[in-house]
Amino acid sequence: MLAYLIRRLFAAAVMLVVIIMVVFGIFFLVPKWAGVDIALSFVGKQADPAAIEGVRQKLGLGDPIYAQVWEFFKGIFAGRTYTGGGDTIHCSAPCFGYSFRSEQAVWPVLTDRFPVTLGLALGAAVLWLVLGVAAGVLSALKRGSLWDRGAMVVALAGVSLPIYFTGMLSLAIFAYGLNWIDAQYVPLEDSFGGWFGGMILPWITLAFLYAAMYARITRATMMEILGEDYIRTARAKGLKEQTVIGKHAMRSTMTPILTMLGMDLGALIGGAILTESTFNLPGLGRAVLDAIRNQDLPIIVGVTLITSLAVLFANLVVDILYAVIDPRVRLS
Amino acid sequence: MTELSKTGAAVGEPTGASPAPTSFLEVRDLKVHFPTDDGLVKSVDGLSFQLEKGKTLGIVGESGSGKSVTSLGIMGLHTAGQYGKRKAQISGEIWLDGTELLSADPDHVRKLRGREMAMIFQDPLSALHPYYTIGQQIVEAYRIHHDVDKKTARRRAVEMLDRVGIPQPDKRVDNYPHEFSGGMRQRAMIAMSLVNNPELLIADEPTTALDVTVQAQILDLIRDLQKEFGSAVIVITHDLGVVAELADDILVMYGGRCVERGPAEKVFYEPRHPYTWGLLGSMPRLDREQQERLIPVKGSPPSLINVPSGCAFNPRCPYADLPKDDVTRTVRPELAEVGSRHWAACHLSKEQRERIWTEEIAPKL
Repeated sequence: MLAYLIRRLFAAAVMLVVIIMVVFGIFFLVPKWAGVDIALSFVGKQADPAAIEGVRQKLGLGDPIYAQVWEFFKGIFAGRTYTGGGDTIHCSAPCFGYSFRSEQAVWPVLTDRFPVTLGLALGAAVLWLVLGVAAGVLSALKRGSLWDRGAMVVALAGVSLPIYFTGMLSLAIFAYGLNWIDAQYVPLEDSFGGWFGGMILPWITLAFLYAAMYARITRATMMEILGEDYIRTARAKGLKEQTVIGKHAMRSTMTPILTMLGMDLGALIGGAILTESTFNLPGLGRAVLDAIRNQDLPIIVGVTLITSLAVLFANLVVDILYAVIDPRVRLS
Repeated sequence: MTELSKTGAAVGEPTGASPAPTSFLEVRDLKVHFPTDDGLVKSVDGLSFQLEKGKTLGIVGESGSGKSVTSLGIMGLHTAGQYGKRKAQISGEIWLDGTELLSADPDHVRKLRGREMAMIFQDPLSALHPYYTIGQQIVEAYRIHHDVDKKTARRRAVEMLDRVGIPQPDKRVDNYPHEFSGGMRQRAMIAMSLVNNPELLIADEPTTALDVTVQAQILDLIRDLQKEFGSAVIVITHDLGVVAELADDILVMYGGRCVERGPAEKVFYEPRHPYTWGLLGSMPRLDREQQERLIPVKGSPPSLINVPSGCAFNPRCPYADLPKDDVTRTVRPELAEVGSRHWAACHLSKEQRERIWTEEIAPKL
C-alpha cells in the first residue's frame, strides 16, 4: 500500500511539471510560432507601444525559451518580479501570473473566486451522488418496471438538456415565479442561510445533469455486478438480500462511480462556466468569462493552470481511494 | 474404487404424492421452468431422488442438462437475482430433514442456507468477492448463523483454513482471493461452506476450473471432510471420473430429466441407458489398454424449449429404431427398475439392452 502511495505521488509530481510546461506552451509558445505578438494579448488591446514594450520586457519575451520557462516555474513556486518599461512589479509565490490590464496579481483573484466554485461543485456532487446512485440502484433492482423506465427517461432528459435551459427554467419558476428563494449569491462567511439559499438552485441544476449520468452508470454497473458469481455465493451463505445488495454488490458498483466522480469534480472545480454565468455566481468560471470579454489573458492562464491542478489532485485522491476499495489495485 | 462397493441408500423409487419423507433429502417431481421470450425453458422437468446423511450422490450430465439448476433449486437460489425478469417457476417438493423447502417461508429457507445446506461453486476466483479477504468472507459466513464476536469467528475461520489444508492459516486468513492459487482458493471456498457444519453440501463442478493434479487433492479433501462431518453430499459434474471417485450413487440427467440412476458400481459396470453408454464411451480411461479412440455421443444437447417428443434422447440414440411402432418418438419413457435399486428410462427391452451392452458396448470400453 505504501509503495503504491509513493508511486502515485511520484507520478502526480511528474504530471505537475508536465502540466505546467504544457500550459506554458499553450500560452507562450504556440502564439509565438503562429506569429502573434504575445505582449499584445497580455497587455490588452487599447495600449500604447510603450506599454506593450514594457510588458514584453516584464515577461522576458525576448529571452531564450528555457529562461522564460524557468521564470514561469519560479513564479509558481517562489514568486517572481516583473521589471521593464520603467517600473517593477513583485508577484509573490504562488505567482500564477500578473494581470497588466487590471493591475493585480492573478493568484488573489483565483483564491477569491475559488471558494464559490468549490462550494458549488461539492454541494452539487453530494446531491447528484445521493440521487444518481439511489435512482440507479433502484432501477437496476426493478428493471423493466414503470419506475425504471420513468427514471431512465428523466435521466435521458437530464443528460440532454443544457444547463442554461434547466437553470433558466428553475430560476423562472422558483426564484421569479413562486418567489421561494432569493437567487442572489451571498458569501458563506456573511450568512450561511443566504449562501445556502443562493446555492440551492445552482446545485440542483448542476446535480440534475450529473445525477442523470450517474444513475445510468450505476444502473448498468449494478446489473452487471448482480450477475457475478460472488453475489450468488453471498446469497448461498444465507445473507439477507439487502446485505447482498447493500454490501457485496454496492462495494463493487462504487468503483466506476468513483472514477467518474474524480474526473467530474476535478473539471468542475476549474469552473462551471455555464452554471456560474446562468446564476451569476462569482466563481472561477465567471472569472474566465469576464477575462475573455476583457481580453485579460493572464487570468485565463491562471484559471487554466488551477483547473489542471484540480483535475490532477482529484485523480490522485481517486487513485488512493481506489486502492482502499479494491485490494487488487495495490499490487499493480 | 472401494467407494463404489458401498451400498448407499441414496436412490429410491420415484415417489408419488405421499407426504412422509423418509430420507434426509428427498426431491419429488422437481420442475424448474424459466419463461423467456422464445418460450418456456424446461431446465428441470420432473426429477426425483433421495439422499441419506453420510452418502454422496453424483449428478452427471452435459451442459444444459439441468444439473446446476437442480442444485440452485434445492438451495432456493433459482430465482435469486432475477430482478424485474419473469421469475423462474418451480414445482414439486424438496424435503430437507423433514422440512419442505418450496412451501416454506423464504426467510426460513434463507436461514437454512449456509447453515443446513451449503454450496461449493465451480470457479473459486469468481465465486469469492475480490474486495474482501478470505478471512472476512469466512467470518461473515459464520456470523450470519452464529451470534459470536469477530474474534471468535476469526479463530473459527483460521481453524477451518487449517482443516482444509491451507498452510500458515493464521497468516493466509488475511489474504485476498487473488493472492491464493486456484487450488488454495477452492480449499478456502470449501472451508467457507463447511464453517457452519452443514448437513448437506452441494458441490457444483468443484474441480472443473482446477488443473488435474489439484483436482485429485480437492476430491480427496471433499471425501475426507464428508467422513469427518457426516454430511450428505451432492456432486454435480460432467466428469464421470469425479463421480467414480466420490459417489455412492449416480444420477444421469438428460434434457432436464433423469435417464438412469443407481448405485455407482451398477451405473459404471452395468449401465442400462444408451446415453450412459455414450458418456462412458467418451470418457478417457487409463485403466483399459485396448481402447483405441473415444466414442463421442453424436449430435448436441436438446433444446429445453422444444424437447424432442418421445424420448428426449431419440435424435442422438443409435438404437432409436429398435423398439417397434416408433415408440421412441411418440412416448416418453418413464424410469423403470432394471435391477436392484437401479432405474433407467428407455424403451429398449431388457433383452435388447443386455445384448447391446455385452456385445457392442462393453467390449469397446
